[in-house]
Amino acid sequence: MSLELFYELLLGLLVLAAASWSVATRDSYSATVGFVSYGLLMALVWMQLQAVDVALAEAAIGSGLTGLLLLGAAARLRAAEARVTARPSRMLRAVAALACTGLAAALAGTVLSLPQSTPSLAGAAVTALPATGLGNPVNGVLMAFRAFDTLLEKVVLVLSLVGVWSLAPDLGWTGRPRLLHPFADDGVLPFLARTLPPLGLLFGLHLMWNGADEPGGAFQGATVIAAMWLLVLMAGLGEVPQVRARWLRVAAIAGPATFLAVGLAGMGIAGAFLAYPEDHAKSLILFIEVPMMLTVALVLALLVAGPPEQAPQR
Amino acid sequence: MSAALDLFTIVAVSAGVLFFLAGVVGLLRFPDALTRLHALTKADNVGLGLIVAGLLPQAGSVLAGLKLLLVWLTVLLAGATVGQLIARVARRAGPRA
Repeated sequence: MSLELFYELLLGLLVLAAASWSVATRDSYSATVGFVSYGLLMALVWMQLQAVDVALAEAAIGSGLTGLLLLGAAARLRAAEARVTARPSRMLRAVAALACTGLAAALAGTVLSLPQSTPSLAGAAVTALPATGLGNPVNGVLMAFRAFDTLLEKVVLVLSLVGVWSLAPDLGWTGRPRLLHPFADDGVLPFLARTLPPLGLLFGLHLMWNGADEPGGAFQGATVIAAMWLLVLMAGLGEVPQVRARWLRVAAIAGPATFLAVGLAGMGIAGAFLAYPEDHAKSLILFIEVPMMLTVALVLALLVAGPPEQAPQR
Repeated sequence: MSAALDLFTIVAVSAGVLFFLAGVVGLLRFPDALTRLHALTKADNVGLGLIVAGLLPQAGSVLAGLKLLLVWLTVLLAGATVGQLIARVARRAGPRA
């Protein structure tokens, strides 16, 4: 058995173990810890498959950001969870087990019935890539060939923020989202929040800028920047902005709005919605990516911050 | 020269792995949060430092080597902070945690 095969088998077993752990454990905090480990292991799997873009996205978004959202949810649910002591009835557990087994069997059956040679557009995408001026085929697919999907994805992101905000109580609209502060004033977290963000900001921009030709991209970069902002907010060095703020609303739609505007302009200058004129494709794509990054970073951080709450009366 | 560098890589990376192994054993065997943390932070800092030092001769270019060092320094910064934060929670929660 070669060393690489051994590594791959070990990695596969670890992924399965982490996944089973986060499903089987009853405590939502432990389940989240299992989920984050699972995401980091999945990033290693994607690296092994040489899908560096997917690995970056999995580590930053799938594991990091989603893990943070789940941790926040677990912390808010902790009080309610402690009150639930009764186990679900035998009948309910049997039905749940049956439904899960059925779903797993259907998924397994689908995978087994897939054709041996999967149809792929990878070749066509790589052939057409020079027309976009980009060097990274993943970015070419996201920003040019399937630009419509990416545009809708950004709209969904804004909608999800609207969804979170709609949970705010009426009086909350005058206030700000309240982040869970781990510590009030203790110096350790503020120190990290002062040292790390310059490096993180540079790294986020580097991911976006490099995404044109090498693995990376605006979404992964924006996640890093959102993490830096959240670090500053959690350390108590800054305040979450009021959701009424005009600049906040403008920044939240800047990305999809620019995307849509360039897409509509494409009908006039390139002959189709979301088409780029051939000589300026790359510069237009970068022009879209900068406000898109702003929107993604802002919306992701605000999703973690949660709905606005009423300011405490003094 | 290159054989000596390869030997250095093997020795340093093996020593780093040993530190990680010791950290994991400590995590599993030590009785309370503070001592477990003590074991883990050694693995993170020294273990990763040794692995990075061992990989430096194999990096190929100065830039790649600097990136490796940057990874280590960033992990040091984050690890030290998180270690402090967890220790504070453990101390506040009392000796039983």
